[in-house]
Amino acid sequence: MKKNGAHIFIECLLKEGVDTIFGFPGGAVLPVYDALFDSPLRHILVRHEQGAVHMADGYARATGRPGVVIVTSGPGATNAVTGIATAYMDSIPLVVFTGQVPTDLIGNDAFQEADIVGITRPCTKHNYLVKDKNDLQRIIKEAFYIATTGRPGPVLVDIPKDILNAQIDFKYPDKVDLPSYQPTFKGHPGQIKKAVDLILSSKRPVIYAGGGVILSNAAEELKALATKLTIPTTTTLMGLGGFPGTNPLFMGMLGMHGTYCANMAVTNTDCLIAVGARFDDRVTGKIDEFAPFARIVHIDIDPTSISKNVRVDVPIVGDVKNVLKDMLKLVQGSKGVADFKKDLKEWHDQVKNWNDTHRLSYKQDHKGKIKPQYVIEKLYEATKGDAIITTEVGQNQMWAAQFFKYDRPRTFISSGGLGTMGFGFPAAIGAQIALPDKTVIGIAGDGSLQMNIQELATAVQYRLPVKIAILNNMVLGMVRQWQEFFYNKRYSHTCISVAPDFVKLAEAYGAVGLRAKTNDEVETVIKEAMKVKDRPVLMDFKVDQFEDVYPMVPAGQPLSKMLLV
Amino acid sequence: MRHTISVLVANEFGVLSRISGLFSGRGFNIESLSVAETLDPTVSRMTIVTRGDDKVIEQINKQLNKLINVIKVHDFIGEEHIERELALIKVTSTPESWAEILSIVDIFRAKVVDVSPRSYTIETTGDEEKIAAITELFRPFGIKEIVRTGKIAMARSPKQK
Repeated sequence: MKKNGAHIFIECLLKEGVDTIFGFPGGAVLPVYDALFDSPLRHILVRHEQGAVHMADGYARATGRPGVVIVTSGPGATNAVTGIATAYMDSIPLVVFTGQVPTDLIGNDAFQEADIVGITRPCTKHNYLVKDKNDLQRIIKEAFYIATTGRPGPVLVDIPKDILNAQIDFKYPDKVDLPSYQPTFKGHPGQIKKAVDLILSSKRPVIYAGGGVILSNAAEELKALATKLTIPTTTTLMGLGGFPGTNPLFMGMLGMHGTYCANMAVTNTDCLIAVGARFDDRVTGKIDEFAPFARIVHIDIDPTSISKNVRVDVPIVGDVKNVLKDMLKLVQGSKGVADFKKDLKEWHDQVKNWNDTHRLSYKQDHKGKIKPQYVIEKLYEATKGDAIITTEVGQNQMWAAQFFKYDRPRTFISSGGLGTMGFGFPAAIGAQIALPDKTVIGIAGDGSLQMNIQELATAVQYRLPVKIAILNNMVLGMVRQWQEFFYNKRYSHTCISVAPDFVKLAEAYGAVGLRAKTNDEVETVIKEAMKVKDRPVLMDFKVDQFEDVYPMVPAGQPLSKMLLV
Repeated sequence: MRHTISVLVANEFGVLSRISGLFSGRGFNIESLSVAETLDPTVSRMTIVTRGDDKVIEQINKQLNKLINVIKVHDFIGEEHIERELALIKVTSTPESWAEILSIVDIFRAKVVDVSPRSYTIETTGDEEKIAAITELFRPFGIKEIVRTGKIAMARSPKQK
């Protein structure tokens, strides 16, 4: 039976198992919105297209399923670009559908026309313009396949309006035929053997795990390998939750704002096992002095990540989960394990010593000013760690990474690669929509939050009990911190004290607004917020303006050169 | 080090811009690029001449392979292969220089493809050295214009049975 392209589009999404899409209507996608009107597909109406993409992204990070977005042509599509680039940098599976002007108008500078395929080419894993109605279903199938397999990422499909109106037979393909796209899932056995031998011959091993562990659902395997061999483990920002934050082997995050212990361990290790991580500059510091004594094993599904920034001794291309499983098998059959573990005693003592000398810490203010780190600690206590935390970007993000402990994967959601201010709040909405029974807390700065504050209306409309904790210091804190450290305290344009009254703002939108001005009010506010179950809550914590994030490795310095509290 | 890389791609719109965008976005350079259909009309071949140290070339290879439309990437480095490019050279000519120009054309087995009272247009194919050599010889006469195709390359077949 023939249906129009818009109905076919929705049938295809249902076939893919999509239950929720995030979007905003417009001229070019009117046929889709008409078809949505009586379809079982749940559509979340956002207030800005960037919000839609971040919500789909939060949905994807919280569940592992692809996030799906529909926006209109022209400005709808260009507004989505930051969200797409954010997902691309963090390898998040999204399928973004954009409306396009009718085929015969493409290239004519038509109303609301933008070459979105051209614009998003460098920030999507792949993208398509559907030029022939007979390609629509194949392309949708391929888009989901490409987005979710290999190293995941966003795929954009641009659909001209005439294709959405064309009559098409519904025949969704069962499988894709993409000979030129064949990700390597299994690691090479010879390389895996080499890696295990190298690890077992090392005396000061460190596991450095990244977001790939979470994307590949390999947290169990990672924990099994690390605990079996008792190897001290650190994660990147993206890897938080990929290894239990309360496990005694966990050294905390490494990198620019990593722990003293993790950075010293990486600097002194003789065998660095990089698992689903990509040696980002915020992780390595000065690249020539990163892990200078280490032989490096690098497991990654994306060959381009390997030997891109640092030379690697044993590269293993493959899905992290499969490779770790294979390594575990080898380790379990190996006689060398007992001796290896016995020899680690000295290394464990050293790591413990680093951990004890400089723990993450901050000084309470004796006059009762709220310290932002204290808010994070209290949120951890109030939720017992059983929450999904999303963050904005900047100081709030680093404190959320440092002072909350993430025991499970997909509980820490943050824009790591692109560093997108305005990400955290819509991402929290997306996560809450995916997991309605979970406590979802967006940790925000007053600067970042205002970049997508309009989505409060979305959260209220869908009665989402998402909690927002603003660490309100009335400045763009991380930039201010850099100005303090490196620009002679010339606080150029980082003061944003002209801001809305966030409590009144929340109330204006129909949400709950709460405020804490002093230390002793923090717990009460959190307790009150947790009681609200039918609408969003904005907690405005007036925190110490001059609090800085420590430790800090100044840009371009080696990891061992940390500024400490 | 200079590398000649042959890339088989799906013959679809936008592929050239994916490849050129990859090079520009990651700061790789392209010295020359030529593209045409292969025997299979759904597949095109791009021959890219690029330059970089081992690390850069490794990334170029890997990044090209990562593109969904790229079917195969082959670097000719260290391998017996034939490289050719075609050049059209418009040389200023006078009655006094005709004979000399024609003898250079003859020596290089090039061809005169257009003649006017004041110029000869010469077509020549060959590897880079040959094109460079003939260009040098024509230079004293005055070169009005030169158009080159960029390199194409093919592996040599094994000589033993």
